[in-house]
Amino acid sequence: MSTTQFLFTGFGGQGILFSGKFLAYKGLIEDKQVSWLPSYGPEMRGGTASCSVIISDTPVGSPIVSNPDVLVAMNLPSLDKYEDAVVPGGIIYVDSSLIERKVKRTDVTVHYIPATSLAEENGMPTLANMIIVGKMLSELNEFNDEGINAALGKVISARHADMLEYNLKALKIGSEN
Amino acid sequence: MASKVLMKGNEAIAEAAIVAGCRHYFGYPITPQTEVAAYMAKKMPKIGGCFLQAESEIAAINMVYGVSSTGHRVMTSSSSPGISLKGEGLSYLAGADLPALVVNVQRGGPGLGGIQPSQSDYFQATKGAAHGDFHMLVLAPASVQEMADLTVKGFDLADKYRMTAMILADGTMGQMMEPVSLEYDIAPPPEKPWATTGTNMQREHNIVNSLYLAPEALERENFKRYERYKYIEENEAMYEEYMTDDAEIFVVAFGIAARVAKNAINDARNRGIKAGLIRPITLWPFPKAPFVKAESQAKAVISVELSMGQMIEDVKLALDCKVPVTLCNRSGGMIPSPEQVLKAIVDADNGGAK
Amino acid sequence: MVVFDKPHALSDLPMHYCPGCTHGIVHRLVAEVIDELEIEGKTIGIAPVGCSVMAYDYFNCDMIEAAHGRAPAVATGVKRALPENIVFTYQGDGDLASIGMAETVHSAARNENITVIFINNAIYGMTGGQMAPTTLPGQVTQTSPYGRDVNHCGYPIKVCEMLSTLDGPEYLERVAVNNVKNVKNAKKAIKKAFQNQVEGKGFSLVEVISSCPTNWGLTPQKALEWVDEKMIPYYPLGVYKDRSAKEAEK
Repeated sequence: MSTTQFLFTGFGGQGILFSGKFLAYKGLIEDKQVSWLPSYGPEMRGGTASCSVIISDTPVGSPIVSNPDVLVAMNLPSLDKYEDAVVPGGIIYVDSSLIERKVKRTDVTVHYIPATSLAEENGMPTLANMIIVGKMLSELNEFNDEGINAALGKVISARHADMLEYNLKALKIGSEN
Repeated sequence: MASKVLMKGNEAIAEAAIVAGCRHYFGYPITPQTEVAAYMAKKMPKIGGCFLQAESEIAAINMVYGVSSTGHRVMTSSSSPGISLKGEGLSYLAGADLPALVVNVQRGGPGLGGIQPSQSDYFQATKGAAHGDFHMLVLAPASVQEMADLTVKGFDLADKYRMTAMILADGTMGQMMEPVSLEYDIAPPPEKPWATTGTNMQREHNIVNSLYLAPEALERENFKRYERYKYIEENEAMYEEYMTDDAEIFVVAFGIAARVAKNAINDARNRGIKAGLIRPITLWPFPKAPFVKAESQAKAVISVELSMGQMIEDVKLALDCKVPVTLCNRSGGMIPSPEQVLKAIVDADNGGAK
Repeated sequence: MVVFDKPHALSDLPMHYCPGCTHGIVHRLVAEVIDELEIEGKTIGIAPVGCSVMAYDYFNCDMIEAAHGRAPAVATGVKRALPENIVFTYQGDGDLASIGMAETVHSAARNENITVIFINNAIYGMTGGQMAPTTLPGQVTQTSPYGRDVNHCGYPIKVCEMLSTLDGPEYLERVAVNNVKNVKNAKKAIKKAFQNQVEGKGFSLVEVISSCPTNWGLTPQKALEWVDEKMIPYYPLGVYKDRSAKEAEK
C-alpha cells in the first residue's frame, strides 16, 4: 500500500498532536510524502483533539483523513466517533486503560494497549501516546532506531532534551507490549 | 530532500517573508492565522526586524501603509473578519500605488462566523475588498510549500506592480504541516524613487497620496492603473492542470478544495471517467487559458468550493457560459469530501452528455 | 533687510483655508520649527482627512496622506522603518479624537517617538460644520442644530487630560493661537514636541485650540474672541505631561 492514512484522537493534553508530528517527521526522514493536519480551535484547550497524518510514496492529495487506515483512540468519545470511519481491514489502537469497551467492528484489526497505566507504572504519565506509537511502529514493521532517533530529535526541542530518553523508553515499552 | 523541514503553513509564510527580505510585520491575533504573528514576534527582534502587535487590524494595515511608503517590504496577516477591517487600508494602498503583502487565512463567515476553513472571501479578495476601482494580486496556495513560494512571489509581484499581493489561504493550509524547502534566490527589490524617505534637501518632496479632488485627474489615475492591470492579466496568470489532456469532466478548484478534488479525480479515473482538474493559482488575475481547452472538450465543468459558490462566476465567464457549470460545495467551515466530489463527477458524467 | 519671510519648509502653493482660519498659523509654526531644527530633509509628515487634508501640498518635506484617523498608525510604520527620520502627524479633532481615537491612544501608550499636532476647533470643517468629539455642550452645529445635548450625545473629549492618564506619552501640552502671546507659546510647544523626537524622548502631542469662523458663523475677529470666552475655559491651556521635566525635578 503506497499511502497510509492515520487518525490520532483523544483529549487535549494527551499528546495527540505530538505523536502525529513524530510519525510525520519519521516519514519525512525516510523520504516519504507526508502531511499533518490538526484539529484546531477551542478543542485544543482541553476538549477533544485529533490529528490527521498521511504517509505516502506519492504526493499527498487531501490532507484530511476521514476514513483512516489506522485509528488511534485514546478516549471513549473518540472511539465512539471514529470507529465506524475506519476502512474495512484497517487497524485500531485502543488505550484500554481509559476505554473499557471493546471495538464492535469485526472487519478490522484491534490492538488493546493499557497505555496510560503502563505510562504511569513507568513514571512517565504523559507519554501514553508514545507507548501506543511504539506498538504501532512495531506492528507496521517500522520500528527502526535510526528513523526514530532522528524524528525524536526533530520534534523534541533542545530545551527539553531530557525528554528524549523518556520518549525512546515509551516507544520501546509499546513495541514490547 | 535533506533541507526540507516540517512546518505549519502559517509558519512557512512567516519564514518565507523573512527570507524575502520583509523586516516589518504588523498584526492582530485571530484564529486560524495567529502562528504567523507568533513566529514573527519570536524571529523579528533577533534579525533587527520589527514585529508590532497593533491595536486593531485597521491600525495594522495602516502601519503597513506607513512602512510601504518608505519603500521597505512589509506585511500583515489576518483571517476573514480581520481582513474586512483591513478593507479601508487595502483601498488606500491601491489608491496610493503602494506594494504590500497581506495574508488571509480564511475562516467561515459571514459575521463572526466560525474558525474552521473556508474559501468564502473569494469575492472580497478578487472583486470587492473595499471601495473604489482596484484589484489586488490574489495568490491561492494549495500546499505548505506553496504557502512559502507564493509569499516570496507575492513580494516580488507587489513591488513590480506597486500593488497589494494577497495570499488567500484557508484554515487547513495555515494549520497543516508538510515538508517545505525555503531555499530561494531572492532578487533585490526594484528601486523605489517614489518612497517618502526624506528629501535630504536633494530633490522635490515625494507625496504618497490617493486623493484627487479633480475627477479628470482621478479618472486618469484609474485608467493608468487599469492599463497595468490589463498587462498583469495577460502576463501573470498562474494555474496547474491535472489530467486535463483527455478530460471530459473538468473540475475547477483552488487551495484545499483542489487537494480534495485530486483525490476524487484519481478515484474517477479508476472508474474509467475522464476527469481532470484546473487549479487556479492566481485568483486575480483569473487564469483564462486552460478554459479554452475545457470549452472545446468538456461535457461538464464542476466548481468545487468551500463557499456558497463564488469562483463559479469566474469559471462561467471564462467559459463564456458555453459549457454547463455546476457547483460542488460545503460552507461555514465544512470541507467537501473526496466522495462528494466523486459523486458530482459521476453525476456530471452521466447527465452531462451532449 | 528681510523683515518677514516664508519658512523654507512651507511650499509656495496658495492655501485653501478660509479667511480667519488658524490652520495657516499652525502650518507656519510647524514649518518654522522644521527650519530652525534643520530637519526638513529628514522629515516625513502625515496629513489627515479633514480641512488639512491637503497639507501634503503645503509642506516641502516628504508627505503621506493617511486614511481618516489613521495618521498615528501610518506614522508608527514610517518611524519603525526609518527611526532616524523625523515623523509628524497633523490632525484635526474628528480625525484624532473620533474616528482615530484608538490609533491616538495606542500610539501614545506605546510612546511612539513621533510628534502629533492636534487642531481642536470643536467642529468638522471640511464637511461643512458638523458636531465634533470636542464640540462644546450646547454648541450649535449642523448635526446638533439645537445645541449639543450632552444627555443625548455625550460630553466633549478632553484629549490632553485623557492621554495624561497614560504612562506612555512623553509630552502633552494644550496651546492656542488666538493672540500673539498664545501664538508664541504655541511655537515653543511645537518646537519642544519636535525637539523631543530628535532627542528620542517619545510621543509628543500639542493640542492647538483653533478657530473656525466659517462654521462657527462668526467673523474671524469674533471667532478669536470666542476661543477666549468659550473654548479655553473648557479646554484649559497648559502642560499636561512632561515626563523629562518631571524626572529632572526629582
